Amino acid sequence: MVLAIVFTLIKILIIIVCTLTGVAYMTYAERKVIGHMQVRLGPVHTGPKGLLQPLADGLKLMAKEDMTPDMVDKPVFYVAPFLGMVPGLAAFAVIPFSENIYVANINVGLLYVLALSSVGVYGIIMSGWASNSKYATMGSLRSSAQVISYETAMGLSILGPVLLAGSLNLKEITEAQRGLWFMVPQFVAFVIYSISAVAETNRAPFDLPEAETELVAGFHVEYSSMRFAMFFLGEYANMYVVASMCAVLFLGGYTGPLLPPIVWFLIKMLAFMFFFLWLRATLPRLRFDQLMNLGWKILIPIALANLLITSIVVYAIRN
Amino acid sequence: MSYNNISEVITVNMGPQHPSTHGVLRLVVDLDGETIVNVEPDVGYLHRGTEKLAENRTYHQCIPLTDRLDYLSPLSNNLAYCLAVEKFFDVKIPERADYLRVILAELARVASHLVWIATHALDIGAMTVFLYAFREREEILDLFEIGTGQRMTSSWIRIGGIRADMPEEFFVRAKDFVERFDKNVDTYENLLTNNRIWKMRTIGIGHLSAEDVQDYGTSGPLMRGSGVDFDLRRDEPYCCYDKFQWEIPVQPEGDTYARYKVRMKELREANKIVGQALETLPAGPVMTDDPRVALPAHEDVYERMEALIRRFYIVSKGFKAPKGETYQGIEAPKGELGFYIVSEGEERPYRMKVRAPSYVNLGALNHMAKGHMLADLVAIIGTNDVVLGEIDR
Repeated sequence: MVLAIVFTLIKILIIIVCTLTGVAYMTYAERKVIGHMQVRLGPVHTGPKGLLQPLADGLKLMAKEDMTPDMVDKPVFYVAPFLGMVPGLAAFAVIPFSENIYVANINVGLLYVLALSSVGVYGIIMSGWASNSKYATMGSLRSSAQVISYETAMGLSILGPVLLAGSLNLKEITEAQRGLWFMVPQFVAFVIYSISAVAETNRAPFDLPEAETELVAGFHVEYSSMRFAMFFLGEYANMYVVASMCAVLFLGGYTGPLLPPIVWFLIKMLAFMFFFLWLRATLPRLRFDQLMNLGWKILIPIALANLLITSIVVYAIRN
Repeated sequence: MSYNNISEVITVNMGPQHPSTHGVLRLVVDLDGETIVNVEPDVGYLHRGTEKLAENRTYHQCIPLTDRLDYLSPLSNNLAYCLAVEKFFDVKIPERADYLRVILAELARVASHLVWIATHALDIGAMTVFLYAFREREEILDLFEIGTGQRMTSSWIRIGGIRADMPEEFFVRAKDFVERFDKNVDTYENLLTNNRIWKMRTIGIGHLSAEDVQDYGTSGPLMRGSGVDFDLRRDEPYCCYDKFQWEIPVQPEGDTYARYKVRMKELREANKIVGQALETLPAGPVMTDDPRVALPAHEDVYERMEALIRRFYIVSKGFKAPKGETYQGIEAPKGELGFYIVSEGEERPYRMKVRAPSYVNLGALNHMAKGHMLADLVAIIGTNDVVLGEIDR
């Protein structure tokens, strides 16, 4: 019993350390990839090829003065960054990186991930509210509205693979794709998921909550030092979560020939992460009402239709 | 649109330190939710008193002041000012100087429009265009450095001609640039013109009808984007624009997308003019020998006492303009840039008034932005293409 708990704790520690390193190096990858897309170099001076840049950034953020503006609602202001970051990390608990690398294999893993991503919204709302600033309030309002509406589309698109696999357990969903990735029969759901995943994580072209040319920085405009960094970590951790979910639900998770399962999983996840960066370098930003229109009037109806058709087909095949 | 509950309107202060107000523009925005009820531009954060400073300087000494108006196209400002002063004397400009002026002014237009497309796209969220456009602008600034010795505040166009002829390298590299530039514009258009999101963000935004254009007095692309076919280069010719073949792009829609198309076309047309001018550039002097405004040649100064005295006099005291007043407008990248100069017969202007296109165009901002959303405001500022150095003077 004790051994099991210790073992689990070690696993949690390893996954958190790996995730945080991954998050740090995602910022590096983002700067390098987008840099090369935009005919510049990205970081080059910190270490060989700028590889120590994330470390330097982290140290800088920690060394900065942690300022709390006078007029903020202090308890809420302090709690919000944790609520922004922790759900992103906690979601990794149920993701099967390979057949036996995971923290928990619970039978409603998918539900758990969706629930956690909803909790993340609280961090955004609370930070905007507690900051007592107009820009922050507008940023948080936009963000919460966006995340909530795109979660609906995302949830509906996820139901397709769930119906095909007949389970909410992420490992079982992965195993069900041994023969054929769900991306093929559920292509519509895959596209909807990809779009809503970008919106869900507030990334370009749906990065309205922090649209720096309109709202300066959005909901975290009043935050500095590590508290700011926590929102940042949360955002990137969320990107990893939606990328892993995409790998699990549509791209067959850790399954694949020749290479070890964990490598397959990482390849699929990182490919989706690259998609995030690619979008950011290419597309202009949507306007808020256009974003809402896209979510409610286009994505949700299509996702519903897809769900209906999938259900009928699955029912017909099973009986 | 109706605003039933006026108490829900919040006032947001945008700028003077804000990433997308293009400098130190401050906007007081009344918002109903995200909808703009009223925008009030508050200018003056970059006021340097250029017009007043000019009253204490000789005509030559005013040229560096004009560099600092629209600092994205200093050579256009030089040109407008020098043309205005030249009107006092009715100076005959050597042909080569005229051609070089056109080359410099059109390159300045390209550079200015490149900054516009870069920042406009960045404001709307397309980050990559920004860096692509700045890459090409860098080449133009290099050209300016080779030709005039300065990247931005060059003061190269002088009363009576230009300061000196360009080195051979300038022409070689300029020709090379002109050949490649059309392809670069294709790259920007590839990223934007048919991009669905770009169209969603620009079509129907910040509408100006042809009547509005007349009412507000907007000029340049803000006028041609609304279907008014007017360009000072063609309709009130100056320099030697009549010698080149080029088109004036006009779009009837009057929205942000129309102005985008006009400016993109202008980039190509300006490039075309530079290409033709480089091809047909005549040989000859680049400074007039009119003794009223030009310095005597160096050879004369070494040989003849009168020339030495004349040179000393012009450099130390300046030359006197006849009593009267003059106005010269040119088609600057941002619209009609005009200099109105009143002379009392002294070495310095009695009054110099700058008709800055950005300032006048900014006047239409509230009309363009009302009823749109906050996110559109940055698009509208971008399409207005304001430069604060010119607005505040």
